[in-house]
Amino acid sequence: MRYTDEMRTPPFERFYESHREEIWAFLVRKLGRERAEDAFQETFLRALRAYPKLEHGLHLRAWTYTIAGRVAIDELRRRRPEPLPPDPSVEDGRPAYAEIEHLASQLPPTERAAVVLRYAYDLDYDDIGAALGSTAEAARQAASSGVRRLRRKELFV
Amino acid sequence: MTLPAVVDSQFRAAASSAGLLDVAYDVTDSPLGPLFLAATERGLCRIAYDAEPEAEEEQLARGWGARVLRAPHALDETRRELHDYFEGRRQGFELPVDLTPVGEFQRQILVRLADVPFGSVTTYGALAVEAGRPRAARAVGGAMNRNPVPIVLPCHRVVGSDGRLVGYGGGIERKVALLKLEGVEL
Repeated sequence: MRYTDEMRTPPFERFYESHREEIWAFLVRKLGRERAEDAFQETFLRALRAYPKLEHGLHLRAWTYTIAGRVAIDELRRRRPEPLPPDPSVEDGRPAYAEIEHLASQLPPTERAAVVLRYAYDLDYDDIGAALGSTAEAARQAASSGVRRLRRKELFV
Repeated sequence: MTLPAVVDSQFRAAASSAGLLDVAYDVTDSPLGPLFLAATERGLCRIAYDAEPEAEEEQLARGWGARVLRAPHALDETRRELHDYFEGRRQGFELPVDLTPVGEFQRQILVRLADVPFGSVTTYGALAVEAGRPRAARAVGGAMNRNPVPIVLPCHRVVGSDGRLVGYGGGIERKVALLKLEGVEL
């Protein structure tokens, strides 16, 4: 696929202004007002680091939610007071979200995003619908058809 | 819940101090109206009058890369020197200038501009001669017209061979105002 000029990644300021409010609201819901401050900065710093590697400006919204979801998970782990018990869902030492991202890499883009955001990052369907620019119901359908597809391949049990 | 202004500005400051930006910009007030200012890690790369920030962002992204962000702290020194200039406390700029996407001929002309002293004028023809292209006065005019950093590279100090002011990217009245500020008799 060739990317046309309109699909180029926009100047970062445009991207940031389009997504900062909803990412802030998302992080406040996940982490609370105070912890959201660091997470917000970290999310957009990670986005800045990765920005030059993006080949196009499509799906930027879902991409940003994926980063914010990952930052929120890191933040929750980092601040957890007790030492972490071994995670039973991780057998090869990779965290669950890395495992799901790996499996889901074989799915079509929308299903992949829905599965990863739902099962790896634990977003609810309202957030996923928002991230994908569609509705909660469409997100639910995409996630469930992604899961069915993975089950057919016996990848996701 | 709206994003608090302090969280927004902390991110902008962190992005620029982490060196993650291709270009940082800001818009500042001046006696000549709002000025759009932009800088890379290497130096000042843009000053624009009457700027449309979105169009400027696109232009900067094409020249230097897509990580273009409004980050006022990165322009502190630029703002300070310009302010001093407009207040009559400064006659030259110490700011480094980044002319990366500028073509070779235009660059040769632009760097010569920096040697035209405060309060004096030269002509398009004289600059063409200095650049070793005595018949290129018109091309020199074009280079002035596309000067990415007016004021700091003082294209307002260049006039026609008959002394007429001729033109200025920011409008002739701004050229007049800058020359008056520098005490040039018109």
